[in-house]
Amino acid sequence: MSDSAKYDVACTSSGVDRSGKQGSLGSANKSGICHSFSADGRCISLLKVLLTNVCIFDCKYCVNRESNDIVRAGFTPLELAELTINFYRRNYIEGLFLSSGVIISPNNTVEQMIKTLELLRNVYHFNGYIHVKAIPGAENDLITRLGLLADRMSINIELPSQDSLKLLAPNKTKESIMRPMGLISAKIQENSSDLVKFRHASKFVPAGQSTQLIVGATPDTDHKILTLTEALYKKYRLKRVFFSAYMPVAEHSLLPSLDIKPPLMREHRLYQADWLLRFYGFEAKELLDEQHPNFNLEVDPKCNWALNHLDKFPIEINKASYEVLLRVPGIGVTSAKRILTARRSGSLDFSGLKKLGIVLKRAQYFITCKGKIMEGLKITSDVAISTLMSNQYQLTSQGPEQLTLFDEPPITREDVQQCLTGQI
Amino acid sequence: MPDRTDLVYAYDGSFGGLMCCVFESYALKEIPRAIRPPDVEDSLFNTAKWIKSDEQKADRVFNSIPLKISPQAQELVKLGFLTCAPNKEFLIYQFLRLGFKHGSKVMTMLTDDTVCALQKAVHHLTRESHKFKGFIRFSIFGEVLVAVIEPKNFVLPLLSPHFCDRFRNETFMIYDKTHSMALIYRSQKAELIFVDELTLPTVDATELEYRRLWKQFYNTIAIEGRNNPRCRMSLMPKRYWGQMTEFNNNNDAENPSGSVQLLVAETATEIAPNAIGFLDSSFQYPTRK
Ligand code: SF4
Repeated sequence: MSDSAKYDVACTSSGVDRSGKQGSLGSANKSGICHSFSADGRCISLLKVLLTNVCIFDCKYCVNRESNDIVRAGFTPLELAELTINFYRRNYIEGLFLSSGVIISPNNTVEQMIKTLELLRNVYHFNGYIHVKAIPGAENDLITRLGLLADRMSINIELPSQDSLKLLAPNKTKESIMRPMGLISAKIQENSSDLVKFRHASKFVPAGQSTQLIVGATPDTDHKILTLTEALYKKYRLKRVFFSAYMPVAEHSLLPSLDIKPPLMREHRLYQADWLLRFYGFEAKELLDEQHPNFNLEVDPKCNWALNHLDKFPIEINKASYEVLLRVPGIGVTSAKRILTARRSGSLDFSGLKKLGIVLKRAQYFITCKGKIMEGLKITSDVAISTLMSNQYQLTSQGPEQLTLFDEPPITREDVQQCLTGQI
Repeated sequence: MPDRTDLVYAYDGSFGGLMCCVFESYALKEIPRAIRPPDVEDSLFNTAKWIKSDEQKADRVFNSIPLKISPQAQELVKLGFLTCAPNKEFLIYQFLRLGFKHGSKVMTMLTDDTVCALQKAVHHLTRESHKFKGFIRFSIFGEVLVAVIEPKNFVLPLLSPHFCDRFRNETFMIYDKTHSMALIYRSQKAELIFVDELTLPTVDATELEYRRLWKQFYNTIAIEGRNNPRCRMSLMPKRYWGQMTEFNNNNDAENPSGSVQLLVAETATEIAPNAIGFLDSSFQYPTRK
């Protein structure tokens, strides 16, 4: 069953802190806990399953679409509850991520999901993390009931535009996705004021809502995807937007062919940009625009931004504000905070920065310490850095310092760690 | 203060004992060049000065930390004692000297070698303990959950609040093979005991079935087109794999006895399930016998 659920990437168990309760099993941890990592390097935290892979919809990009000839199966709510509890007690998982194909009707599907969660919460007294996927087109009342049982709810937009939806997901409309999304965000708002009024009001998806966008199944640009992402954070107050590089699972004239490679680098760049929006104070329009609608696959979005704004650099490490520090390539949230702390007991030089654990590989081009640039650094003028940028593809034969700035093998271990910890 | 370069302190391995070393150094205005736990033999040419544990002296030092330095510094020192840094005693000692000199500012002196090293060691500890919150695997024997871990740092005190909270109504044990210690939680009470050996009974059919289901889930969840073994390795280094169900291939034949058997070496210390506050002056850093 998890075979068809695995293409969903939202695997975090974070966003809510809840301690254990007398007589019940489980707790939730705000920063999230990874219980394992799969062979593709992604965190496994939740038991990610479909209640059933039977589906009356026919989304072209999905293995479970009605027109696909596959074996259909499903769990009963009791089976699924048992499985969750037994995995949880063995500490295999942090909780459950429940999704489903559409059986009979969206409403009927949601009712089945409610049954499962009620069993877990009320009969098995499960107090751990539950992420549930709302089904597009289900009634408001049902979505509300589902939300009261879960920690996080998501509705996957998947395709970033109405046109793409019409082509590839004929049973879904923008309305059927955005209405429940709006409902959830309204409920969360309403609930937080209720909670102030009545301390015991039950919580409606306390860890917020999230969504997923497919990258590379349609011609939509990064600019479009990122602008949509920003709007989702601002307007719908989403906690997370996940991106999923399109994996060809179906042959269809409207889709990329089956032998195409998933655009992993593009997905990676979008995640980096997503961190920049959420934690670094960047706006989508600073990173991409109509003239530059897609990310540079060679340089990460922050570095790219810095190279286009060389007039703002170098900055003085001992004077720059937190916001400014965060804009330096190579300085992430942790590093910026450590710099602020260390500055309280004296000014910093380059060897001090190294002791703080700050990687100077990229940052060195953009900073000064006590007015000096790093010793031995050969590139000093804006022009030199700009030239480097325009020549980046011919760099291989040049000096080592120059190389380090741009030489970026496809997704290194460092990159992945950066992305997970958000140190960009 | 005279700096006697050959002076070495030896103490009983308890946290309080270490605090007494600090006391001694200040009282006699002398600076040792090393502080050694009891299990290290004297070498031919240097005999260590034995510092006797004294609860009152230890408390005086310990209680002065939040007042003279800061509560955060006290926390750092407590955590520092749980780390596997080979020279942790001396690091803590040097950190306290700096702290008593500079006050709360010491916590911001991140470029100082001592402060930097102690923070690094503590970071290693907390990161390892966070990983174990996810990577620990319990097997169920009857109603008892049992897990075995082989951590580098002494993480049990940090894991205790998390698991005691999560598994409130369960009975469980986490056995730390590296330090021969076990965290035992039953009837809402947690204790840490020395355990030399652990014999586990045969696992039953239900347990085997759930292990099988988990492995199946683990293997299906990876998307082939995205395989990235190097990335997995850096996030979940091989040293954790040994005790993890999903990597266990020897079809789970455990020892053929009836119940969980512990070979307990020493008496139990009860600890508060929700705090590392148990780390009082009598706390001994466990060393392998
Ligand atoms: S609704 Fe669409 S995406 Fe969801 S399971 Fe059915 S076919 Fe797949």
